[in-house]
Amino acid sequence: MKTPVTFSLNGAEAAAFADPGQNLLDLLRRGLGDLSPKYGCGQGTCGTCTVLIDGAPHLSCLVLAETVQGRHVETTSGLAHGPDLHALQTAFIQGFAAQCGYCTPGMLMAAKALLDRNPSPTREEIIDAISGNLCRCTGYEPIVEAILAASRAPRHSGAI
Amino acid sequence: MPVEFRKDLFADERDDNLTEIGKPHIRQDILGHVTGRSPFYDDHLFDGLLHMRCVRSPHHHARVRSVDASSAERMPGVVRVIRPSDVPVNMNTLLALLDFGRDDEPLLTPDKVSYRGEPVLAVIATSERAARAAVAEVRVEWEELPFVLDVEEALAPGAPTVNQTYPNNTFDYHERYDHQKLRFGDVEAAFASADHIVEGEYQMSPIEQAPLETCGAIAAPETNDRIVCYTSTQALFFSVAVAAKQTGLASSRLHFIGGTVGGGFGGKVDSHHEPLAILGTLLTGRPVKYMWDRAEEMQVGAPRGGERWRLKDGVMHDGRIVARSLTGFFDAGAYTRLSSYAVQKATGHLPGPYTIANVASNVYCVYTNRTPSTAMRGFGITGVDFAIECHMDKVAETVGIDPIELRILNAYRDGDMKAHRRQAKNCALIESCQVVAGKSGWTLSQDAMAQSSLTGGGVGWRAEIPQTVTDQTGRIGERRRSGAPADPFAEAGQRASVPAGTANEHPATGNAPQRDDMVIEAERLGFKVATGGPAGAGPTSAGPAGASPGAPLPRVAEHEQDRPVSAPNAMPRASGGPSLPPGAAAPAERAPQPRHDPLPQRDPPAPASSPPTAAPAPPPPVQNAAPPQVPDGPRPPRRPGVSRFISGPRGRR
Repeated sequence: MKTPVTFSLNGAEAAAFADPGQNLLDLLRRGLGDLSPKYGCGQGTCGTCTVLIDGAPHLSCLVLAETVQGRHVETTSGLAHGPDLHALQTAFIQGFAAQCGYCTPGMLMAAKALLDRNPSPTREEIIDAISGNLCRCTGYEPIVEAILAASRAPRHSGAI
Repeated sequence: MPVEFRKDLFADERDDNLTEIGKPHIRQDILGHVTGRSPFYDDHLFDGLLHMRCVRSPHHHARVRSVDASSAERMPGVVRVIRPSDVPVNMNTLLALLDFGRDDEPLLTPDKVSYRGEPVLAVIATSERAARAAVAEVRVEWEELPFVLDVEEALAPGAPTVNQTYPNNTFDYHERYDHQKLRFGDVEAAFASADHIVEGEYQMSPIEQAPLETCGAIAAPETNDRIVCYTSTQALFFSVAVAAKQTGLASSRLHFIGGTVGGGFGGKVDSHHEPLAILGTLLTGRPVKYMWDRAEEMQVGAPRGGERWRLKDGVMHDGRIVARSLTGFFDAGAYTRLSSYAVQKATGHLPGPYTIANVASNVYCVYTNRTPSTAMRGFGITGVDFAIECHMDKVAETVGIDPIELRILNAYRDGDMKAHRRQAKNCALIESCQVVAGKSGWTLSQDAMAQSSLTGGGVGWRAEIPQTVTDQTGRIGERRRSGAPADPFAEAGQRASVPAGTANEHPATGNAPQRDDMVIEAERLGFKVATGGPAGAGPTSAGPAGASPGAPLPRVAEHEQDRPVSAPNAMPRASGGPSLPPGAAAPAERAPQPRHDPLPQRDPPAPASSPPTAAPAPPPPVQNAAPPQVPDGPRPPRRPGVSRFISGPRGRR
C-alpha cells in the first residue's frame, strides 16, 4: 500500500507515492525523475547517494522514503540557481575535480553541507566532511583543493 | 597541479611546443558531472521497466542436477524466466571477435558451474524486490565437485578439470603448447657462466576494479524493429558484436548507447549484461534492466587475475644481467575471456626495459575455479612489472650495487634488439631514473649520471638476434599427464637451435627492419603498392585499396615459404628511422636458412611468388608480382551475427 509523501525538493514542493520499504534514493530517481543522486552500493558505504535533509548530509539509499515527509531535501539538481552555478560546481570544473563523474553529486552535497555550516573550513575539516564519499578516479586531492577554492569564492559566481 | 616538462631531454627529436597538454583544460563532460546530468546508463527512465536478476552458483565447482523455477514463476511480479535453452547462441568467448580461442563460456550455464556466482537462470520481474524474492525461490540441485583455486595445483596431474573446452586447465597456444614460449639466446649456458644466480618468486592477488557505478545494461524495444541498449560498457563495439552473436540478431537491429561510464578501469569489457538485457526485451516486449548490485560487482565481476611469477637471473659481479628466465602463471579463473591475450602481452613485454642477451620464458593462462579474470589498467603487464622490479632490487642487494644504478646499467638503449625480436627505440628508462634520483635526493655515481638512452645501444651483440636454443616441452596435455615442471628448460631433454638472425617468421610481420612510426609498410604486410601516382609525388603506399579499384583484397600469405625473402635494404627508407646497423648481416645477404621445425607440415605449401627486385634505395621497387595466393584450406566457421571486421583468414593454424 503506497504512502503519499510531500516534501520540499530543492526549494519546490514535491509529492510522490512511496512503496512500502522504498528508499529515498529510489523515490527521487524513479518516483520524481531526479537522477542526480546515484546508486553505488545500496549499503551506505560509498556515499554516491548523498543528499541533504534539512541541511544535513544523509545516505539516501538507507533513508526510508516516507520519513522525509514535510522536510527539506536538497540534491545536486538544485545546486545551480538558474544559469548561475554554485561556487562548488565552478571550483570542481576549474580544478579538474571529476573524471568519471559518478561520485561527484555525492561529493558536492557533502561539501555543500560543510560550507553551509562552516564557511571557512580547514583542509582537515574538508577531508573529514567528505570521508564518507568514495572516489575511484581522482585520488581525492583535486576534490579537496576544489572545495577549498570554493570556500573562498562567492556562493554563486556563475561563470565556468 | 603543474606539469613539469623536461624538454632538455631528447630536445632535437621533435618539435613539441604543445598547445594542449600541460595546460589547464575544461573537460567536455564535467558540466554534466557537476550538475548531475551526465547520462550514465541507469539515468534513463522507461515506463513499464522490468528488472532482471540471476540465480547464481554458491559453489566453486558443481554440476547442475536440476533447476526448478516453477514456484518462482508463479510469484507476484514475475514476468519471465530465462533458461540456458532460451539463449540463441549460448557459448561464446570474448576474443571470438578476433577468431582467437574457442567458445568456452555460456551466458547462462546449463550443466556445470565453475565459479562461485556463475549464473544458471535469469528472472525478470516488475520490481527489483520481486526479482530478488523470485530468485530466492528457485530450487537448484547442485552436485558439488572438487575444485582448485591455485594455478600450480591446477596444472598438476589429477587436478579437476575446470573448463571443459580446455581440459588440461591451460589455454592451448598455437594448437601446440600449454603455454606461450619466448626464447632468445641460451639461458642455460649463460647461467653456467654467471657469477651470481638470483631467484625470486612473486605473487600478486586478484584485484577488483571496484568502479563506483556497477555494471549493467537497460534494453528496450524501439518502434522501428530495433532494440536500444544503454550500457555501462567501456567497449561499445565489443558489446554490440557479442550481443548480436548471442541473441542471433543482426547488428543493424541493435542501437547501442554508451560512453558515459562511472569508472571502468578494465572491468567493464566482458559484455555479459547487454545480451541478457536484450534477450529479456525480446522475450517480454518491454524495457529490461540488468544491473549488478555491489555484492555482485565485487564477487561476480571479473577482477584483474592474480599472477605468480618466478624469475631467475644470471648476473655478473659488475651487475650486468646476462640471462633472465621467467615463469608466469595468469589465473584466468573459470573462463578465458581476455586472459589468453594477457599472456601474450606479458610475453612481448619481457624481460622488461632491460637489454639482456639471453631470455627465456614460459607463461601460462591457467584455469582455476576462481571468478573469471579480465582486464585492468596496464592489462597483462602490470603484474610482471611488479615482479621484475622487485627482482631488480633483489639482484642489486645480492650483487651489492645501488638499485637505481643497476637499472641504468642494464637499461635498454635505442637500437638494442629486444627479446621478442624488435628493436628498442625512443627508450627513456635511463633518463627517468636519473631525474627521479635527482628529485628524491638520491645520489648516483658520475658514471650513472653520464649514461644516456641515445648512446651505447645497437652495437655488437646488443643489436643482434643471437642463435637461440629452443625446446618442444610442454605440448598440450603433456604436463597434465606427467607433472613435468613448468619453468623453461627445467627438464633435461631435447634442445633444438634456431640460427642467429632468425626473427619472428609470421608472414604478417615478416623479418624486415622497423621503420618510423606511422609509416605504412604495405608491401611487408602483403598489400599492393600503387604504381606511380600523382605527378611529382614521392613513393606512395596504398593501403588495402590497392592499385586498381575493384580489385579483390589481397590476402596475407599463410606460410613463411610463400613470403618473398625481403632484403631490408629493398624496403624504402623512411626519413632517418632506426635500422639495423650497417655491420649487421641483412637476411638477404645470407642464403635463406631452413626454418627449424621438426614437425611435419600440416598444410600443403602454396605456390611461391617471385621475390621482388632488390633495390638499394628509394624510390620503392614496383611490385609487379601478383600477391601471394592463399592455399585453399579449412577456414574457421563463420560466426552468425558477427560481422567480419578483418578481411582474410587469420589465427589458429
